[in-house]
Amino acid sequence: MNISVTVNGTEHSAVVEPRLLLVDFIRSKLKLTGTHIGCDTTSCGVCTVLVDGTPVKSCTYFAVQADGRSITTVEGLKQNGALSPMQEAFKEHHGLQCGFCTPAMMLVGTALIADNPDPSEDEIRFGISGNLCRCTGYVNIVKSIQAAAATTREGASQ
Amino acid sequence: MTATMHEPKTSPEIGGLGHSRRRVEDARFIEGRGHYVDDIELPGMLHMAIHRSPVAHAKIISIDTSGAEAVEGVLAVVTGELLAQYDLAWMPTLSGDTQAVLATDKVRFQGQEVAAVIATDRYIAEDAAELIQVEYEDLEPIVTPQRALEDDAPLIRDDKEDLESNLCYTWESGDKAAVEEAFSKAAKVVALETFYPRSHPAPLETCGIVADVDSATGQATLYMTSQAPHAHRTVFALVAGLPEQNIRIVSPDIGGGFGNKVPVYPGYVVATAASLVIGQPVKWVETRTENLISTGFARDYYMKGELAVDGDGRILALKVDMLSDQGAFFADAQPTKFKAGLFHIVTGSYDYPAAYVSTRGAYTNKAPGGVAYRCSFRVTEASYLIERLVQNAAYEIGMDPAEFRSKNFIKPEQFPYTTPTGFVYDSGEYEKAMRLAMEMVGYHEIQKEREEARQDGRLVGIGMASFTEVVGAGHGEDYDILGLKMFDSAELRVHPTGKAILKLGVRSQGQGHETTFAQIVAEELGIPASDVKVVEGDTDNTPYGLGTYASRSTPVAGAATAMISRKLRDKAKKIAAHLLEASEDDLEWEPGKFFVAGDPDSSVTIQDVAFAAYTNPPPDLEAGLEGVNYYDPPNMTYPFGTYIVVVDVDPGSGQWKVRRMVAVDDCGVRINPMIVEGQIHGGLAEGYAMSSMQYITFDETGNCIGSNFSDYLIPTAWETPRFELGETVTPSPHHPIGAKGVGESATVGSPAAFVNAVIDAIRHLGIDNIDMPVSSDRVWAAMEQAKS
Repeated sequence: MNISVTVNGTEHSAVVEPRLLLVDFIRSKLKLTGTHIGCDTTSCGVCTVLVDGTPVKSCTYFAVQADGRSITTVEGLKQNGALSPMQEAFKEHHGLQCGFCTPAMMLVGTALIADNPDPSEDEIRFGISGNLCRCTGYVNIVKSIQAAAATTREGASQ
Repeated sequence: MTATMHEPKTSPEIGGLGHSRRRVEDARFIEGRGHYVDDIELPGMLHMAIHRSPVAHAKIISIDTSGAEAVEGVLAVVTGELLAQYDLAWMPTLSGDTQAVLATDKVRFQGQEVAAVIATDRYIAEDAAELIQVEYEDLEPIVTPQRALEDDAPLIRDDKEDLESNLCYTWESGDKAAVEEAFSKAAKVVALETFYPRSHPAPLETCGIVADVDSATGQATLYMTSQAPHAHRTVFALVAGLPEQNIRIVSPDIGGGFGNKVPVYPGYVVATAASLVIGQPVKWVETRTENLISTGFARDYYMKGELAVDGDGRILALKVDMLSDQGAFFADAQPTKFKAGLFHIVTGSYDYPAAYVSTRGAYTNKAPGGVAYRCSFRVTEASYLIERLVQNAAYEIGMDPAEFRSKNFIKPEQFPYTTPTGFVYDSGEYEKAMRLAMEMVGYHEIQKEREEARQDGRLVGIGMASFTEVVGAGHGEDYDILGLKMFDSAELRVHPTGKAILKLGVRSQGQGHETTFAQIVAEELGIPASDVKVVEGDTDNTPYGLGTYASRSTPVAGAATAMISRKLRDKAKKIAAHLLEASEDDLEWEPGKFFVAGDPDSSVTIQDVAFAAYTNPPPDLEAGLEGVNYYDPPNMTYPFGTYIVVVDVDPGSGQWKVRRMVAVDDCGVRINPMIVEGQIHGGLAEGYAMSSMQYITFDETGNCIGSNFSDYLIPTAWETPRFELGETVTPSPHHPIGAKGVGESATVGSPAAFVNAVIDAIRHLGIDNIDMPVSSDRVWAAMEQAKS
């Protein structure tokens, strides 16, 4: 099938098998390997990308479903060549260890604070509960998202 | 985050020990530029999928691969019979047993590798693997070690000559007679029988390989999820008969390991053989189900502990008997001499003269593995047993669990302390750590609240664990894996401009070695950490080492790094004396520079010295500023701490929630406090996971329950409790920088604290044990039973 998908601002047209998963389209066809695969069953969330701004687990979403939509992967988080507040916060607050869940966590965090600019700790914990991390105990992920929310609010008020 | 207890000796610009330096690794990860095995794509690369056994125990009657071979895009189907022609159908395990690479005679666990398809595309490979038809003749599946050891149980390992039962090993430690003598004099004997269930490390990245064997040159480059690339290279040389200089193992970024990436798995061997035969690179990456059902499980120990106590509440002796479920192949990753790992650390933080541990392991029809999941070889099981036992003993003799611990702790002046099972603990201040944790949590206030709560029908519990861990194996004389002594290495090259590269035999899986090991060099040599590049994971490019597991990177490779830095500093001093035209004896050192005693203006920086090492060395000295150190530790290190958990248990449903979790850790000197705390957070979360929800079980036919993340439950941010950290610092006296290792303390110490808290809340009902995971239904059932 023919699809046309905008990924990180660039439009891509491709002919794909109907069964091709979005994550394989992103990784194998577009060579964007920052989106990972961890469980194949929509459980761990390391394959999360934003589809029209909404987090979607791309291991159980067909590439053809993304036809005509706009996708953001971790490679699209930088803004005008600079790290986004979420990326800066993960680095500053030790929000990652092995790095495997990190792209997805940052994307979910980005969507979360776009929706709720001043989330409580509980709201963050609930908001990222579709994404697993085995390294951090989530402590510094939560802290990073809080910090990114604060920076973003400050940026918006200036 | 707590502040570090010691002021760093170096400036933030140099960034030595004690600085919470931000991580070097993060720059690539936060932009999605990490480079994991599955990200590797080579020209002409093929894909492999494995056909696995659906049953736990059966004879293979026939294998029909014709359907798979007929699929367009399939290049080859590999079976055990084919591998046998190359003598590759079986491989050695890290415990000196053998394991089937692809089954030839029979299958011995559900999920065992039976055949593999090599195709141009992963989707095609998976489709074709499903078309392989295998005819089986069912045999009785043995799913418990108790059944395995019955006289009439069928023999699982009929491939092994001389093996007449399913007994895999026996092992003992300590003095049985002394223990029996002590028990005969005891005022009280307290017993606990508990099962530490099978668990799986489940790093979010599964295991995988890209095998690239050049048929023209014989060069094999294997990109593998490997926590121990050098040891794996040697194993490959032995298994495949390839010359070791032609094997290069590259372990790129690893998405978590926790022990899962220590063993060599059949998929690695098949992909390598396929690449060798076909002459093209072959990629194999597990699905999550493959990861959970076939690779490195952990735990699965049935334990009975008994503590003899005198009339004053002093422990006299400990007796432990265990039965472990090893699965179909004895594939534990642990030192050769120690069949139950370092379980004999079970004597814990306490001073008593006698202990005896006996254990048997049985083959069953389950996946092999026996990895040390985020712990040092069975230390998690040991720590759990003693800390649960101590709490129950305190209750039985009517003492407060903290005071009972205090009475029996090894005192600071008793170190180095030789335990009745033969370990020599290096240092410890157990009382100090426990009192700090008690103060942080408000121990006595919560105990008071617990009593009041019971009056209003609420259930509050407080439980603790004062664990002692053993990490950092060797010494090589006692500790080896397949004969390879457990040393580790560091090679340091200081370049003419004063920048340096440090190459290590270990392999980070998220611990931040690129950041912390540079800090050790910075501390010792005064070169800013930001000027030190750390390289690991490429066997062509790093010195030999045994790898990263059992918290051994800092204790062993960290020591090697400090030692080689000091050796280069000694050489630098000679060069500095030459440059300053002074006697070496007159030179003094401060981080980053040498100066003439009494004349601080007469100085040279380490960067000046590095330049001179290549441009103006003293006439009697070799040029260059490079060296390598192989460090064989004189002893292991013994981190410790006290964890205290407060829970609220719902009397109606058995649901329990963690209200507080206080963790005081003493891992000796902290290289990077931020990273240390991150390691503790992660370990506590995994300890909570095991105590509350995360386990793998099997039905009576050997079907694995827990083969995906819907059945094998891993806590999310929502369930995971908040943690409050504290620290004490008791340096290791034998480690060059006094560090002990920290990656696993929290997984080792915390499960008992969580379970002790739940039991504390309901013990007045007459409940003294619930096996992990202490799920709400188990708590509810225990309370219901107690009522009846």
